[in-house]
Amino acid sequence: MARQEKLVKTIDIPLLGMYLALLLLGWLTIYASELDVNADIDAWDMSISSGRQLLFIGTSSVLIILIMATDYKFYDVFSYFIYAGILLVLVAVLGVGKTVAGSKSWLGVGTFGVQPSEFAKFATSLALAKYLSNPLIRLDRWPDLNRAAIIIAIPAILILLQNDTGSTLVFSAFIIPLFREGLAPWIPNLGLGVVFLFVLTLVVPQTWLLVAIGVIAIAAFFIIDKTLNNVIALAIIASVICLVVIGANYFINDVLQPHQRNRIKVLVQPGIDPLGVGWNVTQSKNAIGSGGFLGKGYLEGTQTKFDFVPEQSTDFIFCTIGEEFGFLGSLLVCGLFLGMLWRLVYLADRQKMKFSRVYGYCVAAIIFFHFTINIGMTVGLLPVIGIPLPFISYGGSSLWSFTILLFIFLKLDAHRSQMLSRDAG
Amino acid sequence: MFESRQRTIIFVFALVAFVMLFRLFYMQVIDDSYKEAAANISLQRIIEYPYRGIVYDRKGKICVYNVPVYDVMVLPKEVKKGMDTLRFCELFGITKEEFSETITAARTYSKVKPSPFIKQLSHTEFAKVQDQLIDFPGFFISPRTVRGYDHSSMGIVLGYIGEISAGRLEKYKKEGNNYYRSGDYLGISGLENYYEEQLRGKRGVKFMMVDVNGIQKGHYKEGIFDTAAVRGENLYSTVDLELQKFGEELMKNKKGSIICMEPKTGEILAMISSPTYDPNLLRGRDFSKNYLALQKDPLKPLFNRALMAPYPPGSIFKTLQALTAMQEGVIDSNMVWPCVQDVVHCHPHPGPCNLRQSIQWSCNPYYLQVFRRIINQHKSGNTFLDTRIGYDKWREYISSFGIGQKLGIDMPSEKKGILRTVAYYDRIYGEKHWKYSNVYSLSIGQGELGMSPLHMANMACILANRGYYYTPHFIKKIGEKGTTPAQFKVRHQTKVAAEHFESIITGMQWAVQGGTVWSQARMKTVTICGKTGTAQNPHGKDHSIFICFAPKDNPTIAVATVVENSGFGGFVAAPIATLMVEKYLNDTIQRKNLYEHMLSRDYIHKDTSSNGKTGEAGKNH
Repeated sequence: MARQEKLVKTIDIPLLGMYLALLLLGWLTIYASELDVNADIDAWDMSISSGRQLLFIGTSSVLIILIMATDYKFYDVFSYFIYAGILLVLVAVLGVGKTVAGSKSWLGVGTFGVQPSEFAKFATSLALAKYLSNPLIRLDRWPDLNRAAIIIAIPAILILLQNDTGSTLVFSAFIIPLFREGLAPWIPNLGLGVVFLFVLTLVVPQTWLLVAIGVIAIAAFFIIDKTLNNVIALAIIASVICLVVIGANYFINDVLQPHQRNRIKVLVQPGIDPLGVGWNVTQSKNAIGSGGFLGKGYLEGTQTKFDFVPEQSTDFIFCTIGEEFGFLGSLLVCGLFLGMLWRLVYLADRQKMKFSRVYGYCVAAIIFFHFTINIGMTVGLLPVIGIPLPFISYGGSSLWSFTILLFIFLKLDAHRSQMLSRDAG
Repeated sequence: MFESRQRTIIFVFALVAFVMLFRLFYMQVIDDSYKEAAANISLQRIIEYPYRGIVYDRKGKICVYNVPVYDVMVLPKEVKKGMDTLRFCELFGITKEEFSETITAARTYSKVKPSPFIKQLSHTEFAKVQDQLIDFPGFFISPRTVRGYDHSSMGIVLGYIGEISAGRLEKYKKEGNNYYRSGDYLGISGLENYYEEQLRGKRGVKFMMVDVNGIQKGHYKEGIFDTAAVRGENLYSTVDLELQKFGEELMKNKKGSIICMEPKTGEILAMISSPTYDPNLLRGRDFSKNYLALQKDPLKPLFNRALMAPYPPGSIFKTLQALTAMQEGVIDSNMVWPCVQDVVHCHPHPGPCNLRQSIQWSCNPYYLQVFRRIINQHKSGNTFLDTRIGYDKWREYISSFGIGQKLGIDMPSEKKGILRTVAYYDRIYGEKHWKYSNVYSLSIGQGELGMSPLHMANMACILANRGYYYTPHFIKKIGEKGTTPAQFKVRHQTKVAAEHFESIITGMQWAVQGGTVWSQARMKTVTICGKTGTAQNPHGKDHSIFICFAPKDNPTIAVATVVENSGFGGFVAAPIATLMVEKYLNDTIQRKNLYEHMLSRDYIHKDTSSNGKTGEAGKNH
């Protein structure tokens, strides 16, 4: 009993509160997404999503109790075992998994199934935290950085083999904890630069872009000191940029599958693929945009009621929030997520153990990535990448994995004073 | 170390959140265009179903066309709680129980997607309810077409269309075929199934603007996103509808098949599997009821015997044995052999036969000898090894006639029949433990041999062509400007040269003019070459089998006929086949008595036969 009381006192109340708020908002919205005003079906009826989500919420609380009851040292000591276990399951999915919507990512019996890729996120976070918690590891040394990259890359590649591009991209979020632990800034900057060039190749035809790079390079040639080193450096930089542009063009037109290409192209040409993804984005934007400042009122949405928006209760759930709760709803969701991210970073930095700190940053990074991609997709700023909105979207695997991800950190944080300060960070 | 980077990260988090919020503020508060787009108007995607292709017969007669029907659809979401259910039930003539059952099923499927409520109202029924439907929100009419027939034959050839099953839908999804949706119709058997992709056309989609009351307000953006439905291609079939009807009539009260083909092209003129069914049974609202009844029928009318039933060919197989032996050079046409009945029985016929007479009289001991000479050519001193070598050789010949394999006809569910391999006998008897005495039944087409009527018809074509065949097919062209699909223009050469056919064909001519064929079955004006077969059958009376082609020179029709449990080939299958020849060549029937006689035969309900000669007297003719 004493232990229980202590736990309640030490668990971080703001984070717990924001978790519960998002969960409640999510459940209400899932109910609204599938509401049928004429059918006498209760919100908790198992034949509809909101009923099943209630079951997932219930099982999540069991998970929370289990996590809280486990010794906090367990996560540190067993992190590599958990990681290895998940890798094995990911390999198994490739063999015996079920294919749903084109991705062979489901493992299950009958109608019940889980997506192991969801659970790979917290396992990889644990393994990365464990690796970086070694005080001898320094990310400004290539061998150490490479090993960290391999820890992230293995599950990412296995998930890519399942043909689940969205979940694979989530692993790029780990660049944030790496950056926090000393990754040279030019690496994330380079990444951003490539993404920028990527977007440019979409908007501007390739030849123009290459000509523009050439003109800038020639202009630069006249400005810089014409030492041999400078000229060579300029030539190399210009050629690399050209290669990235050509490569991006090749990647978009020859490597991506047609539906993936359309998802990107629809950002700059909304008219493309009007029956497929363009249609989804248009409907999604209409639903959100028509919400106005105050929204149409709970359960009063019209756009999301007519099945115009696909995946209403999973990937596109934000449409219902935007339509029924308006800009105030958007503000609430963005505010809760930003608050949660800020609180996570704040708590992570007050950890005495490097393991807990890195893990905390991993949690923040993953939630941030999901939030950005999901909202960005529904408002037409980012390509349609099917990943759920944490804690809000319908789905057991997603809710469980985010709950585990968050509550392992809350558990670690609750015991921060008991931990030995091995590394001041 | 690196504590300052915390601030950078928080800054990035905040920046992204504010970009999103700014975008949302712009969309939701500043920009009114989304509100206009969604204000009272929403978009509806309406699927337009294409017109399914029509099937014509070889003379341009329509075999199957489309009839418009009207489905009453329900959108459960829009059905008002207090609707006048009683009036609705009266209007459509359904009970309250049926009503609540259907609406519950529709709700379970989807609340926001329409599902069919009452299927296939005819045009007159539709006119009656059309203006009253407005009082029942949530119910609307969706026009569709079903198949229509001006006749009641060709059911097994055309096949039927039906709603896609959940299992098939799942299977297609797994294969990456996302064309079909739940509730779609597709060809399930016959030509409807084989040519489904050509017949179905391409679905169109309309984007209609709809106000809050569900009233359509015109095309979205003047229809620039709409795609028109593309109608299906028409099929120009090789079947002669009149001949098909005639054959189905002849086969009434008989179990079996008739296949008529044009030997020069491999075109199928008629394919009858009896008992058959009226295609009209499987087109309308009573589909499920009728289908169930047909499925339960012990005579299996849905089973396509012509492609799927393997029969031991019996004596018609002797023609292939003779051809193989000639090509192998183990006999010549002058070989004479006495009718010694120590191993196989025979029936009374004049004297020892030469090759021509052996076909004419269908002498069993003759073929026991022919087959022995093919199998045991003394290539090895060991009789077991010798049999293996000979059997393999023989099997190559028989395979070249398309036997024991699927011929590749353009219809689903073709069966390959039975033609055993050496390995099979090794498994049964043990390697080097079997010899000619284990397989000799094959000499007269009995034993481990199974041919579908299609194989037999194809064999008749090969005899007519003196050595080659084209893959049997039902389709001359797809679409008005189409041509015959390429795979049906490939000539398949058998391993027997043309010069070996003549004496056998003459034997077939004499079999009809003065041999095993019933004298009544002859035609005076046309030279028919035929061979009778009587296949022993452990389940009852022998199957009567006959193949023929006509005229002898430059043949235009080849026929194979199987009549189950009817006895001797020359008495039942042969007259039916020659009547088919007469109908096709002369268009009228001169032999009225024969026609009436064959019509009246019933080999299903009472095991009768007026001949008295059938049964025990003769086997394997």
